[in-house]
Amino acid sequence: MITLLARRGRAVISFDQLQRKARLMQMPAPDPAILARKAEIVARLLQILPADAVIHDATETRAYECDALTAYRCPPLAVVLPRTTEEVAAVLRICHDEGVPVVPRGSGTSLAGGALPTADSVILGVSRMNALLEVDYDNRLVRVQAGRTNLSVTDAVAGDGFFYAPDPSSQLACAIAGNIAMNSGGAHCLKYGVTTNNLLGATVVLMDGTVLELGGPYMDAPGLDLLSVICGSEGQLGVVTEATLRILPAPEGARPVLIAFNSSEVAGACVSDIIRAGILPVAIEFMDRPCIRACEDFAKAGYPDCEALLIVEVEGSPAAIDDQLARIAEIARHHDPIELRESRSEDESRRIWLGRKSAFGAMGQINDYMCLDGTIPVTALPHVLRRIEEMSRDFGLQVANVFHAGDGNMHPLILFDANKPGDLERCEAFGAEILRLCVEVGGCLTGEHGVGVEKRDLMTVQFAPQDLEAQARVKDVFDPRWLLNPAKVFPLSLSQGRRAA
Amino acid sequence: MMQVATVDDLAEVIRSAQGPLRIQGGGTRPVGNPVVGSPLQVGLRGITLYEPGALTLVAQAGTPLAEIDAVLADHAQHLPFEPMDHRALMGTGGEPTLGGMVAANASGPRRLRAGACRDSLIGVQFVDGTGTAIRNGGRVMKNVTGYDLARLMAGSHGTLGVLTEVAFKLLPRPEKVTTLILPGLDAPTAVAAMAAALRTPFEVTGAGWAGGNVMLRIEGFATSVADRAERLAAALARFGRAELAAADPWPALRDVTGFAGREGDVWRLSVAPTDAAQVAGRIEGEVILDWGGGLIWALVPPGTDLRGQLGSIRGHATLVRAAPETRAALGAFHPEPQPVAAIAAGLRARFDPRGILNPGLMA
Ligand SMILES: Cc1cc2nc3c(=O)[nH]c(=O)nc-3n(C[C@H](O)[C@H](O)[C@H](O)COP(=O)(O)OP(=O)(O)OC[C@H]3O[C@@H](n4cnc5c(N)ncnc54)[C@H](O)[C@@H]3O)c2cc1C
Repeated sequence: MITLLARRGRAVISFDQLQRKARLMQMPAPDPAILARKAEIVARLLQILPADAVIHDATETRAYECDALTAYRCPPLAVVLPRTTEEVAAVLRICHDEGVPVVPRGSGTSLAGGALPTADSVILGVSRMNALLEVDYDNRLVRVQAGRTNLSVTDAVAGDGFFYAPDPSSQLACAIAGNIAMNSGGAHCLKYGVTTNNLLGATVVLMDGTVLELGGPYMDAPGLDLLSVICGSEGQLGVVTEATLRILPAPEGARPVLIAFNSSEVAGACVSDIIRAGILPVAIEFMDRPCIRACEDFAKAGYPDCEALLIVEVEGSPAAIDDQLARIAEIARHHDPIELRESRSEDESRRIWLGRKSAFGAMGQINDYMCLDGTIPVTALPHVLRRIEEMSRDFGLQVANVFHAGDGNMHPLILFDANKPGDLERCEAFGAEILRLCVEVGGCLTGEHGVGVEKRDLMTVQFAPQDLEAQARVKDVFDPRWLLNPAKVFPLSLSQGRRAA
Repeated sequence: MMQVATVDDLAEVIRSAQGPLRIQGGGTRPVGNPVVGSPLQVGLRGITLYEPGALTLVAQAGTPLAEIDAVLADHAQHLPFEPMDHRALMGTGGEPTLGGMVAANASGPRRLRAGACRDSLIGVQFVDGTGTAIRNGGRVMKNVTGYDLARLMAGSHGTLGVLTEVAFKLLPRPEKVTTLILPGLDAPTAVAAMAAALRTPFEVTGAGWAGGNVMLRIEGFATSVADRAERLAAALARFGRAELAAADPWPALRDVTGFAGREGDVWRLSVAPTDAAQVAGRIEGEVILDWGGGLIWALVPPGTDLRGQLGSIRGHATLVRAAPETRAALGAFHPEPQPVAAIAAGLRARFDPRGILNPGLMA
């Protein structure tokens, strides 16, 4: 559930609490035999990698002790930073031989603890593998080394009128490797899909060093679609070293409209109506009053003070944009909006987006918060918003809602005070309740951030034992000894027998 | 033929099976190596849930596709990947079902823009070779909870499990469709014209070539279709004067009806679009292109092995229609490199340990 982002001025005090949390997160006990062999293992790694690509000094490995889920930390045994697929394979062969767990890492922006090490693990970082290998406009694809950042893929082709569609808000930092491992989404999923829908091929190295070429410059698999299982497997099946990505010609233009309502439920109903009417906006963003107020104070975007606000963006030719905005306005009017503000210029578009884009920063200014990531059927939006409000009263903690409403991926932010004893625990309990609610109405625990260590123990809420067993079997095939990122995704009780074997 | 109408019955039939089973939906897509086994038809039917406001459909695997299409049409929605209907090409009867469509990952011309069947698939329930019913994915379009086995099931041709329920993300059905025809182009020029069209921002949702004609599809709200089509034609002026198609050519391209009822074997090749002209040039037979060239359909003399023609070009070739002996001899599916084949075999061994689900169909 639980992405803990501590308010700035209080970081020191929060940190103590977070440290306490760190002790609470159950991870497998490190293997003493591996810890005892550290020197030998490092020496073997140094035989196949240059000295600057192996980090083993205890103060330096600290830089890799956590990802963006900073509540949980543990420095690894060592860190390797290979530059080629061959080096990755060589590292994995050694670790396989030594029985050392390996945790793949891109840029470390996971909000689920996907890249969290254990003390007996080697972090395999792909950040030095960031080359652009091929740009092919006639086949509408690029091939990159997997450590390349998401934004730099679009940057490389934008000058020629193309873009790479999946755009997580972390796109400046996060790597394609992490995007593939988490099957990351972004603001434009409703129209363009998530990572799996834009991935054509990948080079994947298995834990025993075997290199697989999956997919390629063509549009389907010759046999079983193994690429689809690699995408979203959270670094547990193989290490992705290269990827072939679909790029698209950029639309001629895009323009948003801001629609303000007196009730969250009505705003939710409006979202459903827009979708039902056959319009496919590229983005439908939702913000509720606590979030709007915080953004106003922070960014002064000029938002109306209202219960709920939608930002709906459409794209295409100028005529297509006008037409879609007119249709949306017509639908919105049936819901008595208190304001309907259509952008007529670049500057107006920028102002409409300004508040939304600063939402997370703004919330961080006024409070400590926890960011959830469950998905619900869009039609359940009014019900879920009402229930969250009721629970908020029961738990005595405020919630701000800001999310991609078009695809039902919610990001409720639970506000708490890290200084107040018990607040954090209440907040976590509340978060778990919200995720249970998401599953109960037909949704899921995580829409884009992944399971990692964070939602590992809630997996049984969503899946029956045989469903989890089926997923574990896939790992058995790709990584029979369960050495690759072994303590993630599955409840430890389920993976225990397999990890030990 | 054995017919099962509930998940429990299906699980029981599989658990107690004494030998191989040949899994069938509507029996309209006999793709793959010939299978020896008792036929088992999945008779689970009906829509479990349809929420137009959430663009979501969940239905039983044995539901006829025609039934789904009619219901979605009432709400101006559709399955955007435009599933191919194999009946004309394969000379089969029966009714295509949702499960058969997913098992074959059947996708048509719109695959270019909207993705394949596997891209719209958001959830499955299936019974594996041990008789266990398993769920994966769900009914929401953004879901990264656990491994994605739903997409693995798409295109697995009933070799990992028998689908019982499938869930899709839907899209609005276009209000208006226009097709531009560029007549009289040879394969290399056609491929260049399609690449040029697909580089424009006009959202081309179909790009094919048959009988010397390039076909390009523009669709969406009526207000913008004419404008985009006009500007697309202008952008392609160097390839000739574009004409508006009088009739809708896409169902025929989707179903490859051009090769229906004709003597010869039919191959399906998947390559990078710009390699299509070169591959087409090597094929001694008739060729139809879809997906801007990324999908090649070839009609060749019986017994021809086209795989050698790919040479160093990356891609794969599936023998879709041929005598059972030819399919058995050449193998319907393209052989995979050893490490990939080993993983595929490993998955089959875990999901179907007795090897009773369509054994040998894919390998
Ligand atoms: C401010 C902020 C905003 C965010 N916004 C979004 C958003 O809008 N949408 C969204 O989807 N996510 C979002 N995220 C989450 C995060 O950015 C994504 O999950 C991202 O894809 C992680 O990429 P990374 O390179 O940082 O991966 P890491 O954090 O390094 O790793 C993530 C996972 O990938 C695995 N992995 C890494 N490299 C490899 C490899 N080479 N091979 C195999 N497995 C590998 C790791 O083991 C781990 O399980 C956000 C995060 C932050 C901090």
